[in-house]
Parts: sequence; C-alpha cells; structure tokens
Amino acid sequence: MSQANRSSTKRLVTRLAFVVVGMFGFGFAMVPLYDVICDITGLNGKTGDQVVATEEPSSVSDRLITIQFLAQNSAGMDWAFGANDTQVKVHPGEVKVVSYHAKNPRAYVMTGQAIPSVAPSEAAQYLKKLECFCFQEQVLQPGEQVEMGIRFFIDESIPDYITKLTLSYSLFDITDYESSATAVTVR
Amino acid sequence: MSASHDDHHHGPAKGLSRWLFTTNHKDIGTLYLWFSFAMFLLGGTFAMVIRAELFQPGLQLVEPNFFNQMTTMHGLIMVFGAVMPAFVGLANWLIPMMIGAPDMALPRMNNWSFWILPFAFAMLASTLFMDAGAPNFGWTFYAPLSTTYAPSTVTYFIFAVHLMGASSIMGSINIIATVLNMRAPGMTLMKMPLFVWTWLITAYLLIAVMPVLAGVVTMMLFDIHFGTSFFNAAGGGDPVLFQHVFWFFGHPEVYIMILPAFGVISAIIPTFARKRLFGYDSMVYASASIAFLSFIVWAHHMFTVGMPIAGELFFMYATMLIAVPTGVKVFNWVATMFRGSMTFETPMLFAIAFVVLFTMGGFTGLMLAITPADFQYQDTYFVVAHFHYVLVPGAVFSIMAAVYYWLPKWTGHMYDERLGKLHFWLSFVGVNVLFFPQHFLGLAGMPRRIPDYALQFADFNWISSVGGFLFGASQLILLVVVIKCIKGGKKATAQVWEGAQGLEWTIDSPAPYHTFTTPPDPKLIHAQ
Repeated sequence: MSQANRSSTKRLVTRLAFVVVGMFGFGFAMVPLYDVICDITGLNGKTGDQVVATEEPSSVSDRLITIQFLAQNSAGMDWAFGANDTQVKVHPGEVKVVSYHAKNPRAYVMTGQAIPSVAPSEAAQYLKKLECFCFQEQVLQPGEQVEMGIRFFIDESIPDYITKLTLSYSLFDITDYESSATAVTVR
Repeated sequence: MSASHDDHHHGPAKGLSRWLFTTNHKDIGTLYLWFSFAMFLLGGTFAMVIRAELFQPGLQLVEPNFFNQMTTMHGLIMVFGAVMPAFVGLANWLIPMMIGAPDMALPRMNNWSFWILPFAFAMLASTLFMDAGAPNFGWTFYAPLSTTYAPSTVTYFIFAVHLMGASSIMGSINIIATVLNMRAPGMTLMKMPLFVWTWLITAYLLIAVMPVLAGVVTMMLFDIHFGTSFFNAAGGGDPVLFQHVFWFFGHPEVYIMILPAFGVISAIIPTFARKRLFGYDSMVYASASIAFLSFIVWAHHMFTVGMPIAGELFFMYATMLIAVPTGVKVFNWVATMFRGSMTFETPMLFAIAFVVLFTMGGFTGLMLAITPADFQYQDTYFVVAHFHYVLVPGAVFSIMAAVYYWLPKWTGHMYDERLGKLHFWLSFVGVNVLFFPQHFLGLAGMPRRIPDYALQFADFNWISSVGGFLFGASQLILLVVVIKCIKGGKKATAQVWEGAQGLEWTIDSPAPYHTFTTPPDPKLIHAQ
C-alpha cells in the first residue's frame, strides 16, 4: 500500500471507530429516549410523575369517565393485594380518592413496589396522580395490613372517545434489592 | 497475468502456525469458511434434536428445559456462527480478488477478528456441559427471561456475544477500508461487482448495529450482577424497552444475513444465463434502500406489546415498503435469465432455488407485516416457517451456491458435478418438506419453542421432521464434495465458467497465494 493510501486508511478507520463508539452510546441513549417518548405520548400505559398540588384543576366537566382498578402480584409475590374500589365514575377535573389494601402474610419484613399501567395507553397521560402509594416502596412488618390511597383527577383535555380506562398495579417483591429507591423515583 | 510468477515467490508458511499467524486474506477466508461449516453442523445437530423431539407428540427424548437450550443454541449458533462467518469468509476470499487489491486493508486485524470467534463459540458451547445448562431463553433473549429468570450461565452467553460483536465490527471496518481504499485503478464504485457493493452496505449496517447489541447485553449484565433496573419493572425499568433495543439491532441483522446473498446471486445468475446482469444500477440503489429501511421497521417484531395504533400503522407500512426494492431485485434476476442461454450447473440450481424460495419467504413476511393478521401469527410456527424460508433456502443456499461457484477458483479443481447435483436436489426437496408444513402448523395455531404439542399437529410435525432429517443428512454430501475437490479432480481453467466475468476469473486456478501485487490492467475492468 502506498503512503497516501495508508494514511487515508488510518483516517477512515478512525472515523469508523468513532461510529462504533457512537452507536454503543446510542444503545444506552435509547433508555432515557424511550422514557421521554413514553412520557410525551403515554405509550406503554406509563403514568406520569406525581402532580404537584398547584396544578389541581379548578373547573369540573360534566362528562363521566369510568375508571376500573386492577391489582396483580408479580411472580414470587404473595401479599394479599387488591383494590377496595373496583370501579368508580368521575367527572374530568374532579379530584377523587380511592384505595388499595395489602397484607404481608410472611413471617418476615418485606418490601413491595407497585408499578402502574393504564389501558388504553393513550389515556395514561390524562390520568394525573396527586398522591399514590406507587411513588413509595411499601415496607410491611410480618402480618401487617395497610390501606394505601391514590388521589387523582382526570385531565379535562381527555379526548371524547375515551369513556373508560383501566388502572392496573403490578406488585413486585423488592425485599432483596439493596436500594432501588433512586430508580423508582421516576414513577 | 498471474502474480505467482513474481521473482520473490513465496508461498504460505508450513504447519499449524500458517493458520495461527496468517495475515493472508485467502487463508483467513478459508478459516472463516471451515469454521462456519463446523458451526453449521453443530447448529444442525441441535436442530436434529429439536426435530426428533417434535417427531411425535409427547415428551420422548429430552427434557423441556434441554429442548429450550437446543432452540436457543441452534438459533445463536446458526446466526452468529454459521451464516455471518460464512459471508465474512466469502468476503475475505473474494473482495480483494474482485477489486484487484493485493490483500485486505488491515491484514493483522483480519487475523484477530477471525481468531476471536473460536473462543467466543467455545465459551458459548461450554455452557452445555455446566450444571446450570446452556442459555434457554431463545436466541432473542427477551428480558426478564434472560435476566431475572436466566440460568447462571447467561454471563458466558453475554461475554460470548461481546466477542462475536467485536469480531464482526473489526471484520466490517476491514471490509469498508478495503473497498474504499484498495480498489485497482479504473475500478470505480459503479463498476464494482454487486457482491462487493452488497458487502460494503452490509459492513456499514454491522458497524451501526453490532454496538447496539453489545449495549443491550451489557445492560443485561448490569441488571444481573450490579442491581440496575434497565429491564426490571420492579426497579422502574421496562421489559418492553429490551425488545425495542434488541430489535433495533435485530432487524438490520436479518438484512446483514441476506444482502451478501443478493450479491452472490447477482454474480451467479449472469454467468449461467450468459448475459449481463439486468439493471445493475437499480440493484445498487435497491440494496442501499433496503439497508436504510431496515432501521425504521424494527417494531414489526413486537406488534403485540401494546403500541398505539399510529405506531402499528407506521411500522406496518414501512415494512411493506421493503417489498419494493426487494421486488426490484427479484425482477432483475428474472430479467437476467429471460432469453439467456441458461445451463444448470450446481451453483445455478442453488441460485434459482434461492430466487424462488426466498421470494416465498418474502411473501410470508408481507403477511406477517399486516398488523391485524400478525396478532394471529405472532409466536406461531408460521413465523418459524417464514424466517427459515428466508434464511435456509435464502442465505444458506446462496452460501452453498457461492461455494460451488468459486470452489474451482479456490482449489484449482472442478468439483464432482454429479454429487453436487445430488446435494442440491436432496437439499431442495428436504428443505421444502421440512419447512413448508410449518406454515400450516402455524396457521393452525401451533406455538413456537415448545417440546410437546396438541395431537392435531402430529401429522405435519412428523412430515416436517422427516424433511429435517433428509436435509440434515444431505449436508454431509457437501463435505464430501469439498474434500474431494481439494484432493483432486479435473483441472479448472482460469475462467472456470464459460460466462464468468470479473477480475477473479482473470487469475489462475487455484488462485495463487498472492494476487494483484501489481494492479490489474484497467482494460480488464468492465462495467457489470
């Protein structure tokens, strides 16, 4: 190979190596990107962060939206976990409080984390939570039973075609995780 | 014209060190091809275990967990061990000879990128002998099956994938540098053989997506060992994210396995039709469009995860768009054969079978692209039939066509045409008996990746298994043909095939150890 050829190969290889490093980074960048896209579009039924009280609605619409509440344990979790109200009707803009219950049947302290999901997924962004037990980890003593509340409202801009939505919580056993608290705050 | 008559004539070193330390593109090509063939037989053996278990309903031969290990290892070894290294081997052998270069641009890196592979696959295969067993979560290793619920050997799998990725990336950088910087004077980009073009595009795909694969297995590694929650819902992660990242790699990956095949077929059909390739320029543009589209269709693998309707529609239409450039290619091949003086030597038989059967696999791909229909097909044997049609009589047949086509150039002897034809016909019948009934099984609702099934699937399954055994056994004929051809046979001429065009056919058969140490006469370079 000639000298000129050799140096142009070197340049080319350096540039290609940058592409490789860049794409490796892009793979990781997909993680926050995905969260941002899910946040904006409500894709995947992810509900948003805690809504601060100043954002509480002032007016109430006269439409009625039916909300159903589901609860399920993920594999390996055996808390008695369920919704106290399985279905409520709310007006968009009206602040509502509902509750779930959980009981730790085991003889040791356990930590649970509930992960919400909304169906249909496009409704997720209109469900605004002022308070939710899913924002914290739940630490339950042996045999302890708790009532856990959700304070929420439906945003008035919810499209007309959405008349019914389902909020589902999956409960995970995170006792063995040292501290997943930082990871969980995104909820 | 031959470079072997140089006065500083030196051949390869002797013994094992020739292969360990070689930087010669022909030696490395040979190593890749033999390695790939060994992996093809290993992955094939796993497939035989799968088909033997599925021969009858009920559990006869293996435990369900071992069955899952077989489907996983079969997929991983065939994709990363057989098909990809075979194409890299062909690229090593052929690209320098096709563009009039003396060797690859980075010969030492070339040696390294090959020698990583045996270690990567030894590591992966060693998990079969461990207590926890081999990976059992499917070749797509969806989280959390491959993280929270994985056997402890998953870490071996992760590092094996890292090594395979490093090997592919180095190989691709080498190919790009060779094609862009080492072409003989007069070999302009639009005069390059299509095999070189398709490999150039493939190499770009590889450096774009292999790092993403490395990224996703690294995230798995962190989730498993360092308590992060990329894919763990309990910790705020999202399992669906895994599928997005994986298929962002995975969809271009399937074109990585088929684009070089298009190049091979575009070389073989003109030779045996004794006509120039129809629509060379459109072939180049079609390959580039397919490569571009491959980046924006990944979510068609995950229509059922619960995407918004707008997303489903976008990925459906984008996927269907791929049929356009692919159709251009198929029509160009047919137009090349039209009114040609065709003969049907073994490479041509494999090439024609490729065109027909790959197109069938493409059509079932279109069926799967239809979102509402996909909810029915998802995770059934219909999907299995689809991707095996594009990969086995698609990619694998093209590799076999390439081996028969260039074998006389590599060994200097003609292969045994009678055995070659026998190999073709047994493979052709075998592959169709094997995979065609799987369409019916899938449409009837038989799920993928199960060791046992409901009784109504029994008939098509035993037919499929018989086809599988026939196809598997007939691959041993290829081994016999290749060994016979290396040992001797009718002397091959430089051009080998009457209609063959291109620089590699201007040098002696067998190709001397060093070729084009001086650039070829530009008059020998023709437009394709």
